[in-house]
Amino acid sequence: MAGNTAAVDERLKTESFGARMMKRPELGAFAGVILVTIFFLATADPAMFTLSGVINFMTPAAQLGILAIGAALLMIGGEFDLSIGSMVAFAGLFFAAATVTFGLPLTIAIPATFVFAAAVGSINGIIVIRSGLPSFIVTLAFLFILRGLSLVGLKLATGGSTQLRGVRDATEGDWLAPFFSGDAFGGLFLWLAEQGWVETFNNGTPKVPGIPVEILWFVIIAALATWVLLRTPAGNWIFAAGGDTNAATNSGVPVRRVKISLFMVTACCAAMVAIITVMDAGSTDARRGFQKEFEAIIAAVIGGCLLTGGYGSAIGAFFGAIIFGMVVIGLTYTDFDQDWFQVFLGGMLLIAVLFNNAIRKRVTGER
Amino acid sequence: MTDDSKFHHGDATDAAPILEMKNIEKHFGNIIALAGVSFDVRPGECHCLLGDNGAGKSTFIKTMSGVHKPTKGEILFEGQHMDFSSPRDAMEAGIATVFQDLAMIPLMSVTRNFFMGREPTIGSGPFKRMDVDRMNQITMDEMRQMGINLRAPDQAVGTLSGGERQTVAIARAVHFGAKILILDEPTSALGVRQTSNVLATVDKVRKQGIGVVFISHNVRHALAVGDRFTVLNRGKTLGTAKRGEISPEELQDMMAGGQEMAQLEGSLGGTV
Repeated sequence: MAGNTAAVDERLKTESFGARMMKRPELGAFAGVILVTIFFLATADPAMFTLSGVINFMTPAAQLGILAIGAALLMIGGEFDLSIGSMVAFAGLFFAAATVTFGLPLTIAIPATFVFAAAVGSINGIIVIRSGLPSFIVTLAFLFILRGLSLVGLKLATGGSTQLRGVRDATEGDWLAPFFSGDAFGGLFLWLAEQGWVETFNNGTPKVPGIPVEILWFVIIAALATWVLLRTPAGNWIFAAGGDTNAATNSGVPVRRVKISLFMVTACCAAMVAIITVMDAGSTDARRGFQKEFEAIIAAVIGGCLLTGGYGSAIGAFFGAIIFGMVVIGLTYTDFDQDWFQVFLGGMLLIAVLFNNAIRKRVTGER
Repeated sequence: MTDDSKFHHGDATDAAPILEMKNIEKHFGNIIALAGVSFDVRPGECHCLLGDNGAGKSTFIKTMSGVHKPTKGEILFEGQHMDFSSPRDAMEAGIATVFQDLAMIPLMSVTRNFFMGREPTIGSGPFKRMDVDRMNQITMDEMRQMGINLRAPDQAVGTLSGGERQTVAIARAVHFGAKILILDEPTSALGVRQTSNVLATVDKVRKQGIGVVFISHNVRHALAVGDRFTVLNRGKTLGTAKRGEISPEELQDMMAGGQEMAQLEGSLGGTV
């Protein structure tokens, strides 16, 4: 072999940029965003793609997206969590009770909610790891347990009602509140309105008062998750744990710790959505986050995550969630019946799974 | 010896053994898997451990790599008495094992597999990250040294052939400072060409002064690369022979336990 050390293998064709992109897990979701955009550009009221229209569909996309990124990380790590939707309700109850019933300031209530959610997530994780049962069945149990506990807890906290109000009054004026509710960069948008660069109402205030905080959190969490996955040892461990538990363990990857941590992260994503939506609405109810686990998993799958684990991306889940938001809100800008949404959801999932399967074969060179 | 190979065969017999296994016994309940096996590996040699299915090869290498604790017997590593309680202990001492499943993840890139669980980092605190450039560079270099030119370090392991994967696993063990490299049936699932690649890799590793333990039930592969041969049958060693002291037929007979095999082979015209 001496002498040919620098030689390029003659069996290799140079890959085009397109062929390289084909191998990225988020390709499908990105293409999906483009297709959906083209579809709505053709069919929807042009108002959809004005600034206020974009903010309109990005807000639900962001709320789902935060969950979807957590779900994607967990799926890459080789596990599922079907309890995240119920977790939103449960964490919402905890948070609302902490602020309203116990009158705690946000500096205590918010960290406490995250710690509480992480603890519940770790219970999920520990049961899955210790028992060796599929996470599907364990977290399905928690889907019902947490939803039921949220109902019972709400009735206890309110004396019979399934809605707990008064969060806005309790959190008003707290210095942490602007980080988790309302709109950011209000001053900037006011200034833009004065310059006449954004649409304004007749009285001169901008139609879009700022960027809703959940969109910022969505972007930050997506960037952070992508960085962890692609650039840190922890990211390598997540791929390894999901790819092959045995191989990962034999190579010294702390698989159990990785998986339990992922369950905790996913639960914390649910808590994040709970805090933001509860503060926005000023109340919490037992139906909060209903069926969000499925939507989050679908967004993750559209984003390129394999159901078998070990492959996927956070950026993909980011685009997957945006597709969701565009379709849910976009249909109201068209003449179509809104219930087409469900048909779309199933269809998109099916296409994504077929597509991912083909991509996986390309990547692994399976024939 | 008629069919001598093209590989280098070091005269390692005078060097002190790195690893000595003395009268190792291993019982599982009332089953005696190993009934007193002695084995040693010297730096720069390839010591083949031969045996048919059920001979105790797997149990023995698992004892060597720290997965099992011997019921009786002594393990000396570089002259020191050793008591491995986990594969990690053995790994840290410098005993690397490449099992048949290779501990490789097909969906992950070669680089990610190479450094799995042992990623080098740069930066500190929350900005601590993998040193991706260095990882890629090391992977490309190490693989080139083993005679494999990777397309790109981010190529998925799944796209490599069985022999190339085996080589990645070996290169990884060598890079992380193995003094003893245990290869569990490295050629069992490979084609002719890939087998010779892996055997060539074994030769390269041996030249670096690493002691190789080559487990096989294929006499030809063992003879092609081995310096010494130990045959295991029914949990016991049937003796160790140096290269040139034993013929393929004798080895084959010892592995199979004699008589029947000779008859079988006769009926098959010596093709086994």
